[in-house]
Amino acid sequence: MGRTLAEKVWDDHLVTKGTDGTPDLLYIDLHLVHEVTSPQAFDGLRLAGRPVRRPDLTIATEDHNTPTLAIDKPIADLTSRTQIETLRRNAVDFGIRLHSLGDIEQGIVHVVGPQLGLTVPGSTVVCGDSHTSTHGAFGAMAFGIGTSEVEHVLATQTLPLMPFKTMAITVDGDLRPGVTAKDIILAVIAKIGTGGGQGYVLEFRGSAIRSLTMDGRMTICNMSIEAGARAGMIAPDQITYDYLEGRPHAPQGAEWEAALEYWNTLVTDDDAVFDAEVHLDADELEPFVTWGTNPGQGVSLSEAVPDPASYPDQNDRAAAERALEYMALAAGTPMKDIPVDAVFMGSCTNSRIEDLRAFASIIKGQKKAEGVRVMVVPGSARVRIEAEAEGIDQIVKDFGAEWRFAGCSMCLGMNPDQLAPGERCASTSNRNFEGRQGKGGRTHLVSPLVAAATAIRGTLSSPWDLRTETVGGVAESGRKA
Amino acid sequence: MNKVSVIRGVAAPLERSNVDTDQIIPAVFLKRVTKTGFEDALFYAWRQDPEFVLNRAEFQNARVLIAGPDFGTGSSREHAVWALRDYGFDAVLSPRFGDIFRGNSGKQGLLSGEISEPDAAKLWAIIADRPGIEATVDLVERTVSVGDYSTTFKIDDYTRWRLLEGLDDISLTLRDEERITEFESHRASWRPRTLPVR
Ligand code: SF4
Repeated sequence: MGRTLAEKVWDDHLVTKGTDGTPDLLYIDLHLVHEVTSPQAFDGLRLAGRPVRRPDLTIATEDHNTPTLAIDKPIADLTSRTQIETLRRNAVDFGIRLHSLGDIEQGIVHVVGPQLGLTVPGSTVVCGDSHTSTHGAFGAMAFGIGTSEVEHVLATQTLPLMPFKTMAITVDGDLRPGVTAKDIILAVIAKIGTGGGQGYVLEFRGSAIRSLTMDGRMTICNMSIEAGARAGMIAPDQITYDYLEGRPHAPQGAEWEAALEYWNTLVTDDDAVFDAEVHLDADELEPFVTWGTNPGQGVSLSEAVPDPASYPDQNDRAAAERALEYMALAAGTPMKDIPVDAVFMGSCTNSRIEDLRAFASIIKGQKKAEGVRVMVVPGSARVRIEAEAEGIDQIVKDFGAEWRFAGCSMCLGMNPDQLAPGERCASTSNRNFEGRQGKGGRTHLVSPLVAAATAIRGTLSSPWDLRTETVGGVAESGRKA
Repeated sequence: MNKVSVIRGVAAPLERSNVDTDQIIPAVFLKRVTKTGFEDALFYAWRQDPEFVLNRAEFQNARVLIAGPDFGTGSSREHAVWALRDYGFDAVLSPRFGDIFRGNSGKQGLLSGEISEPDAAKLWAIIADRPGIEATVDLVERTVSVGDYSTTFKIDDYTRWRLLEGLDDISLTLRDEERITEFESHRASWRPRTLPVR
């Protein structure tokens, strides 16, 4: 019988096969490290007197705590500073490559790996961070691990794992202008639920996925975890290869040819069987936005806040009630009538160059809505520089928004970039949990295009809501929802 | 790691579903670099409310948490497990767990057992009648009993064995170190390395 993409990658990394309910031992090709989930792992190594087995397959960056303003000054917050300093010390002690604040390769760990060409098809990638699923966009098996597992990978370059089940998520058709990868994944999560992918590796397939760029594919795989899945994957193709070729750590010359030969085998066989299958029609998708406090609580922007009473399941109903209370929303309110206090454009979901370009294309020549705070945070120092070379920083500043340095920033508010209690934010990040962006903060997850239109109008909006002459190509072919 | 077999202690009900790891321990506490001392961070936001279950006198010294479905979803932070352990919990029972959380708990000696939704409701009802009642969680038999009611929970064989033996993962894996070295000897040379820096 044929095998799925996920099964092929898995099989090619088997060090030992488990027997009788014991896990398989999988070899890990790339281990990404950041300051939050690693200190206790390095401590564990120190206590046991163990070295890092493969420093040459390990790379660290500072992202979660780093300030996005005045990065040349010492970090004011003491605990943030301690974590960063601890990582720096550990990197020296254990011989790990580290990209610190101020370094051109510094940035969100999931932006840095792909941009360096370290994330390649058919590899196993782990990081003490659930959004490691991002790297699956390259046809890699990539998943988040806990700190004990970080220590385990540092010490052994392997992980004991039980095989995952496989789920095909097929998205066919063409996206309408103004609808993006973010809307696809938000719609997928709303459809299968935040627990729907539990125990599965998702493989995203279909013509709508094939036509996405690598940045869009990363957005999709990034949020697989929000559907409860361990990982999301997309088979590599010419778009993948074009993205990778010439990147600093991608294979070169004869090695590139050898790699390509292998990568071309990384497709799900026609006769392979998935444990579950889901279909979605891209033609029908509209800009999507969340109303609640988990990423599955979303609707099309043209719809209204749902009535909790409409949920047949008692737990769903109770969750919806609690969400509406926290979000201070009344059932039946049209989503487009909801005003925001802030717009956050960033995070490992949507902070790559194409995301910034999409955002800039909408706000260019516009002014932000009165009283709305708009923050644009590139995913990495390199993305920031690339954007500046294209003049995006100026477009952002002219719009009245803040142009920041790279990092996780308001995605989780570990640095000073936080919402105040009660503040409402349209955010391109991936989690709308209670207090995620700051205690008492209220988050609506959106695409970069929706973030931009919302920043212009001050209420949740998409480019379809903007007058034709103000948005050029996007709205001309778009339509009112 | 200590061996786990039978846990007996006060059972605390957490009658909520979808308790994600941000609720178990907010991100602000992740800044610490130690592995212990997280007891005050557990359910930090909810504990500001004097009526919250863990603030009630009957549930002081609780060792067994009985939660609604989808406990421990969301972020991979292992701090969620440390906070539960530091607070004094030795077992969490829920109809469904976040995958990463469940993996993490097995590695830290926290027993995560899956019970049915009716059983969760039943246990909550018993505790509501007799707040402060003790539960007995038997890992050998995979049973939980509260008062006269006894039922089973699910935990995979491997995690159960590891908890019973108190085995640490790394030493277990390093028993196969030769196999790892052998695997490395035939890894394709095109696979990227982070060093030297290019
Ligand atoms: S940007 Fe947000 S989701 Fe991504 S790694 Fe940083 S904190 Fe995690």
